Amino acid sequence: MSAETKKLTIIGAVNEGIASCMAADPKVIVLGEDVGDLEGGGIVGVTRGLSAKFGDERVRSTPITEQAIMGAAIGAAMGGYKPVAEIMLMNFTTVAMDMIINHAAKCRYMSGGQTSAPLVVRMMTGAGISAGGQHSDFLEAWFCHTPGLKVVIPSNPEDARGLIVSAINDPDPVIFVECSRAYGTTTDVPVDITPIPLGKAKIVQEGTDVTIISYSEIFARAKLAAVELAKEGISAELIDLRTISPWDREAVIASVAKTGRAVIAHEAVRSFGVGAEIAATLQEELFGKLKAPIKRLGAAFNPVPFSKPLETAHVVSVEQIAAAARSTLT
Amino acid sequence: MASTSQTSGINAAVPDAATQIEIYRRMSLISQNDEASRRVIRSGRLMMPYYSGKGQEVIPSAISVNLTDEDQICTIYRGIHDMLAKGVPLNDLWAEIAGRVTGTCKGKGGPMHITHPKSGAMLTTGIVGSSMPIANGLAWAAKLDNSKRVVITNFGDGASNIGAFHESLNLASVWKLPVVFVCQNNRFAEHTRYAKGTSVDQISKRAISYGMPGYTVDGNDPFAMYAAANAAITRAREGEGPTLLECMTFRFWGHVFGDDDFYMTKEEKAEAMAKDPTILFRARLLTDGTATEDQLAKIDAKIATDIEAAIEYALGSEMPPVSELTTDVYAEAGVF
Repeated sequence: MSAETKKLTIIGAVNEGIASCMAADPKVIVLGEDVGDLEGGGIVGVTRGLSAKFGDERVRSTPITEQAIMGAAIGAAMGGYKPVAEIMLMNFTTVAMDMIINHAAKCRYMSGGQTSAPLVVRMMTGAGISAGGQHSDFLEAWFCHTPGLKVVIPSNPEDARGLIVSAINDPDPVIFVECSRAYGTTTDVPVDITPIPLGKAKIVQEGTDVTIISYSEIFARAKLAAVELAKEGISAELIDLRTISPWDREAVIASVAKTGRAVIAHEAVRSFGVGAEIAATLQEELFGKLKAPIKRLGAAFNPVPFSKPLETAHVVSVEQIAAAARSTLT
Repeated sequence: MASTSQTSGINAAVPDAATQIEIYRRMSLISQNDEASRRVIRSGRLMMPYYSGKGQEVIPSAISVNLTDEDQICTIYRGIHDMLAKGVPLNDLWAEIAGRVTGTCKGKGGPMHITHPKSGAMLTTGIVGSSMPIANGLAWAAKLDNSKRVVITNFGDGASNIGAFHESLNLASVWKLPVVFVCQNNRFAEHTRYAKGTSVDQISKRAISYGMPGYTVDGNDPFAMYAAANAAITRAREGEGPTLLECMTFRFWGHVFGDDDFYMTKEEKAEAMAKDPTILFRARLLTDGTATEDQLAKIDAKIATDIEAAIEYALGSEMPPVSELTTDVYAEAGVF
């Protein structure tokens, strides 16, 4: 193993992860709108270079046909392949939901284990790029609510690369969400690729007063909030969930057992969200040990707006996370 | 690419005597199995939603004799006839519809979701139209494997009005996939008459939009069905791409078991049922001298015995243990 590092964006990280899987396993194939190099290698270039390297048969640009894309991925997966399907934007999964929910997620169970759909569905989403109400939603709670699916949402390049590798090699269908706002996030990452196991959260910063649980680009905001809190003498423990379903209950419960306080922050609307599941679990497991009510932060219950000040107000801010953490201590 | 709405363009392959008898065997199996299913449900020994395929038995019987064991099929909730024709074992099938642990899917799928990859029976979907996008993926895998495998995907006339049909035909054509789209046109989408819900007089005409051949076939005529299936399967196997077959037929027992057919006239139903395809084909095999009465009687009797044995096997099998409730959700147990 080399200790060398290099700079990588999330776009580059996901690209490298897929490429390494394609090089290692001829059964890994890619499909989606514009994924081939002639069409630009994906709308933001995540699959750029893959068709040149691995050929047009393994990297297939499709028509704009989400239901057929997902069906092709499921059938190919049943037929022994490991498809990585790109559904350009998370909102576009809505037109392929029958394939994802009724078929990909359930075929293993409903066939009594005879068939399965080991595939990855990649998609980007996120407010903050003025894309309006049909190109920005975080809908992960829908998929987390579906038995049979796994849901992964990385916050940084190294995790994105390690998680996409594990997602591709996972025997079950994985929803892999990339935050469009964070695509350009650049960090130093090891040159050597190390897979990151699904279902494992990362304690990015240890602390004693309050646990802040987050994921995706909102995790970066939690980190900034922790810096503010530290200035005030508040020690925050930061957990990046990375895999949202199945989530790392053990790590989260252990951390909150230690701090006695929890703030959960995500971009999706707060009501009926991932935060509710985590908060409910924490009170079931830690009732009596909690020093304050658990705080859940998410967007207000409205579609993502276009106009800048509205869009900005929609997404959980650094200040809101810091304020929520503070409130657990007073 | 030339497309026709009739079968005149088909280079008509003719089934030899042994193949005709095999087609009949599969038809008799489907008919007798349907009779037995309705009898067992009426007796109260089984409770299940049952979408009878009786009346449509020629279609899968004449198709499947053109298939190898490696070829695959996808079908829909009215699909037990397709599954039997492809070779799903009776015991496993009956155990599944009885919700027993010995069923094809350990009782977790039920009659609307029979799956048996060992027989090439890859998927039965309960969602109208959803067999088609997945069949494309299986066909894509066949192509990537450089195999000669072909995928058949069955659906009803109602499904040709749903988006999945159009997306699937387009992609299959663009990617030249080895798939045959088999529309079993039984004239009703649930309770709604064909013409009230469908913009063209023949679904096969929709093939023109997708640059593939489309044929309307008498789906109750074993010879016409055999020829059409043979042409479409050969085309797919040779790498020339997909075909749409619209197979005209009639479902004897309405949409779902218990349906009283209020949406059709008594005369219409009586007329269609007077032309029971299994009875007609049996008579033809005898008048043509293709088979003897003794031969066919033996075939019928063997099927009857096998079905009774399968029913006893299924009803005598164990129910799945409650521990099965949470297995097969993920590859690994205990993910949650």
